[in-house]
Amino acid sequence: MIKVIKGIPLYLLAIGILVVTGLPFLIMTLTSFKGQMEFMTSPWSIPKSFSLDNYMLLVELEFFGYFANSLFVSVVSVFIVIIIAAMASYPLARLKFRLSRPIFILFMVGMMIPIHTTLVPIFILTNKMGIYDSLFGLIGPYIAFALPISIVIFTQFMRDIPKELEESAKIDGCSHLRLFWNIIFPLLTPAVATVAIYNFIHIWNEFIFALVLTNSSQNATLPIGLREFYGEFSVNIPGIMAALTLGSLPLLLVYFIAQEKIVTGLAAGSVKG
Amino acid sequence: MSRSQEISLDTVRVRKKRKNKDTWAIIGFIAPAFLIYGVYVIYSIFMTFYYSTFSWTGIDANMVFVGLENYIRLLQDGVFWTSIQNNFLLVIASLLTQLPVGLIMALLLFSPIKGMRLFRSVYFMPFLMSTVAIGILFIFIYEGNYGLLNTILGAVGLESLQTAWIGKESTAIWAVIATVCWQFAPFYMILFRATIVGIPEELYEAADIDGASGWQRFKNITLPLLMPIIITSAILSVIGSLKYFDLIYVMTGGGPNNSTELMATYMYKQTFTNFNMGYGSSISFSMFIIAFIVTVFILLGDRTRRGNE
Repeated sequence: MIKVIKGIPLYLLAIGILVVTGLPFLIMTLTSFKGQMEFMTSPWSIPKSFSLDNYMLLVELEFFGYFANSLFVSVVSVFIVIIIAAMASYPLARLKFRLSRPIFILFMVGMMIPIHTTLVPIFILTNKMGIYDSLFGLIGPYIAFALPISIVIFTQFMRDIPKELEESAKIDGCSHLRLFWNIIFPLLTPAVATVAIYNFIHIWNEFIFALVLTNSSQNATLPIGLREFYGEFSVNIPGIMAALTLGSLPLLLVYFIAQEKIVTGLAAGSVKG
Repeated sequence: MSRSQEISLDTVRVRKKRKNKDTWAIIGFIAPAFLIYGVYVIYSIFMTFYYSTFSWTGIDANMVFVGLENYIRLLQDGVFWTSIQNNFLLVIASLLTQLPVGLIMALLLFSPIKGMRLFRSVYFMPFLMSTVAIGILFIFIYEGNYGLLNTILGAVGLESLQTAWIGKESTAIWAVIATVCWQFAPFYMILFRATIVGIPEELYEAADIDGASGWQRFKNITLPLLMPIIITSAILSVIGSLKYFDLIYVMTGGGPNNSTELMATYMYKQTFTNFNMGYGSSISFSMFIIAFIVTVFILLGDRTRRGNE
């Protein structure tokens, strides 16, 4: 399709970018198998033997608790976002009412709002609600900031569903709740996938709310755990590399399994915004 | 009463009932999302402005109303201006590197190279890595003594360039900006790729028949069809750069000597490290104002552009 350059220059460019994008990962993974001594003598060479000691250390230090926390927060938030964003989009896309447009715009504006503008009030609010330093304290803000993009995606998708589908159901006296759950929601599968993928990746890697709203290490999510680990073990660089490798693994694994789905989901999600 | 009148009265009644039912459905369906969004986003923005009018540590209950004094102080605060400058530097660097590099990467994915699966998979990996992990990894890449970058420079005989990349004021901002680009170029790559996939092959076949060169095909077919997504990407890039935080916080914490400070890192520092919640709030509200103004400009620009077409 694109033939501006070809042959050797093309390969040089492609491999150059491959090195720049891939080398940090390669080095990180290789270093994670080294001992501290070996790292000090030759930091970036290929390890002489592949020792799993650093990974055993991580298991001992209950590194997997961070995974569990991140998974819990991400799954619960994404699940709730899907339900309430789809519900909110139903009247916005399918029913005519005066405030429809203003409400939609109000939600949409959320996409440009810097999280930092809400940080102090959310910090104070979370303290007042008594859920500071708890995973539940994170779910609220995660949902709130995932809503704008999700509502935009769902609304656009729902507008394209033919009206005739629900006309007959309406004549039968079907309630809106049943109409939504039995007829509209099952048709949303592609949009649900986009919303789920897009938000899961962002929430899984989210940093600032987790930094401000949690404090103890048993409530730390993965990004916070990684940073904590880095602070405590700054001398043990291979150990840190093992933590980084392990921490990056879940998303990369999912990506390698369902590459096309992830990429199209992310692209669709971002472009709609 | 005639039959037709009866029917129309009935429909009116049904419609009215329907309308009532609609109103309740509208409220019921929107309420859960609106409540959460309202509390965490809308209420919070107003409260940020409210807090910004106080001198307040956030730890004790002692809040002194100072009006707009925090904002006056902010305008005279050199670090704040540095952070705005860095934010705009990041905006420009992002536009000038992430988008073109992302486009080149996307185009490479459609070129005749062997081992495409490998290229495609690896190219996208940086975007999936958690920002915190990227930050920590790049601290070791930029490290002054044994860091990967310096090791590579040494290996190719460029010892003269070796330096403590993020430890020095002159290089730190560029080192972190380069890392931000490393993370986000793949993201724009997938946006561009998704659009290029949708360009009908017939257009290129027709161009081939006309004897168009590779560059002509790109300039006259691919680029114009990519324009809408390029503009969308530019908007995402600008808005994202203005509120950027994670990587800088992890890598340099705004240092050395505030040389990599962004509005967001400075706000965090004032609020949660120095416990100047009032002053910190005035920074975060200023971030909101700046993001708002830039968005309005973008939307207006977008409208004129569409109007011209």
